[in-house]
Amino acid sequence: MNTAFHSKSLHLKNRVLVASGTFGYGNEVARFTDLSKIGGIVTKSVSWKPRIGNAPMRIAETPSGMLNSIGLANVGIEEFTAEKLPYLRNVDSQIIVNIAASTIDEYIQILERLEDEEGIAAYEINVSCPNVKEGGLNFGTRCEMTGEITRELRKRTDRFLIIKLTPNVTHIADFAKTCQDEGADSVSLINTLVGMAVNIKTRRPVLSTITGGFSGPAIKPVALAKVYEAAKAVKIPIIGIGGIMSWKDAIEFLLVGASAIQVGTANFLDPDAAAKIAEGMAAYCEEEGIEDIQELVGALKVHETQSAPGFVPVKA
Amino acid sequence: MTVNQWYSVRSNRKVAEETYALRFSAPELAETIKPGQFLNVRVTKEHDPLLRRPYSISNIYGDECEIVYAVEGRGTNILSRMDETSEIGVIGPLGNPFGMEKDYGTAVIMAGGIGVAPFPILTTALKEMGKNTVTLVGARNGTRLFTDGLADPIVATDDGSAGYHGNVLDCFKAQVDLSSLDNPRIFACGPTPMLHAIQQYALETGIQCELSLETEMACGMGICQGCPIESKSAPRKYSLVCTDGPCFEADDIVFHQHTHA
Ligand SMILES: Cc1cc2nc3c(=O)[nH]c(=O)nc-3n(C[C@H](O)[C@H](O)[C@H](O)COP(=O)(O)OP(=O)(O)OC[C@H]3O[C@@H](n4cnc5c(N)ncnc54)[C@H](O)[C@@H]3O)c2cc1C
Ligand SMILES: Cc1cc2nc3c(=O)[nH]c(=O)nc-3n(C[C@H](O)[C@H](O)[C@H](O)COP(=O)(O)O)c2cc1C
Ligand code: FES
Repeated sequence: MNTAFHSKSLHLKNRVLVASGTFGYGNEVARFTDLSKIGGIVTKSVSWKPRIGNAPMRIAETPSGMLNSIGLANVGIEEFTAEKLPYLRNVDSQIIVNIAASTIDEYIQILERLEDEEGIAAYEINVSCPNVKEGGLNFGTRCEMTGEITRELRKRTDRFLIIKLTPNVTHIADFAKTCQDEGADSVSLINTLVGMAVNIKTRRPVLSTITGGFSGPAIKPVALAKVYEAAKAVKIPIIGIGGIMSWKDAIEFLLVGASAIQVGTANFLDPDAAAKIAEGMAAYCEEEGIEDIQELVGALKVHETQSAPGFVPVKA
Repeated sequence: MTVNQWYSVRSNRKVAEETYALRFSAPELAETIKPGQFLNVRVTKEHDPLLRRPYSISNIYGDECEIVYAVEGRGTNILSRMDETSEIGVIGPLGNPFGMEKDYGTAVIMAGGIGVAPFPILTTALKEMGKNTVTLVGARNGTRLFTDGLADPIVATDDGSAGYHGNVLDCFKAQVDLSSLDNPRIFACGPTPMLHAIQQYALETGIQCELSLETEMACGMGICQGCPIESKSAPRKYSLVCTDGPCFEADDIVFHQHTHA
């Protein structure tokens, strides 16, 4: 029985990755889980300069979910390459470096700096970042900007290039298609939704940044629909993310068209979650007599009379 | 040893108004956990409430660990209804212990409200080290006082219904002769405004002081970046309460009035 993932230069032993910003740099949780059981580790978004992140409160719990406004707090590219990568290189899993930036030049600068570093299996580009040149408008909410980032980075690397899409758009399929057209090897989705929590006693927003990123089991239905929509529009493999807590959730994502999945918020509840999910998926395949897990990808049974309302076919 | 597993509840008794002490048997934890460290606790196997709640280790009885909690919101309401048929999910030990080994003479323990939780185990450890202790415990009123496991606590209540009428710090100033204490070191835990006041007092008097802080936490393990506290020693403004703390030297912490919930 085969659970591995192979696409171009990316080879994962199973279909489970841990999501950026929810697993640190791996070393923090090595005492809680066997990192070698995880298909891939996506590192916390790295920017050119270190970022201190937002003021507290950065976290709010919501029904079956949570909000965060971490503000991309990270060590910056120099400390990342000097202190975090050496540890990760020795981990028996694939390392995917997630990049965040506030200008297209900064994305390029970071990627070019990383090109010299060994032990990186892929890049994941976080386009859910404010573009300072456009007054803080999120890159990922504009197809042209998402396309331009993809094009510029594609020119500069032969490594596996994943663009991580934001769900805070009307037709995510258009974004996935644009990434494919500009040469991306894969798209991952979803990043967090925009959410908010209010304290009625103080009449203040709970988070210091007023709104924050919504994640956890509560967002799974949204994530499934977005993956399903994107999968209808592209041929490149899709990595499904959003509210995955168990192997059953993971299988749902494969059925709607994801080739692999990422585990995010679940790591906070159980740092061993990703390893357990990988085991659970393998056990399910054994039980169902599935020889290659690839059989499940996009295997959702939809009757020809059924169609999802509001899905606009993407122009070829 | 680090644990990440479910334990059956051994006992869960009410010890004061809205205050409970819950025990579970975990020899591997009981052996290794140190005063000031905490556990991150899941109160349900369902996904609502979603996140773990951090609780200080309060005491050890042989193989059993005890946490002491005040009923506040959803998580602690669920905890308060638990009995021997219930299970809690525990990750720990997390965070850094109190600086018991630092160079000082007398340990001054200052607890406000449920901030009393980490001090029974600290009291035991200090006794084993042969340290002198002075302990002050504050609560809203007498019915909320919990002083088990503390050494000769001096009590203060906001409404004067038991002990000194006022807060812990004023009680200390009024009832303890500072000059009689041999090179004191304060260990404080409680609401942030109280810790802020104790910090200012320690800075003014030059007394060594350590604060056990609370913030929101999503992971407790250093992977979410959700628990920042502004600190002078942090290379980039913020330290993480879960992995750099929860115990900090008082002069390292920068409090802001508006962050007091
Ligand atoms: C290191 C550390 C040690 C702690 N030790 C104890 C202890 O020994 N005994 C005890 O009773 N409590 C302790 N707390 C607070 C405890 O973790 C819970 O926040 C508190 O019990 C309220 O939880 P709830 O689910 O009932 O409230 P809810 O209102 O349902 O909580 C909602 C969310 O807010 C968070 N939250 C609420 N109040 C606080 C607070 N004061 N500080 C931080 N986060 C908060 C919760 O963790 C949760 O994520 C500690 C906190 C920290 C950070
Ligand atoms: C605390 C926190 C921090 C995150 N940081 C990042 C980040 O730095 N870069 C990024 O691309 N996504 C980040 N994410 C988004 C996750 O990688 C993931 O896309 C999202 O949480 C949805 O998945 P989940 O519901 O499984 O958590 C973060 C999420 C959380 C909860
Ligand atoms: S609680 Fe997650 S980093 Fe501290």
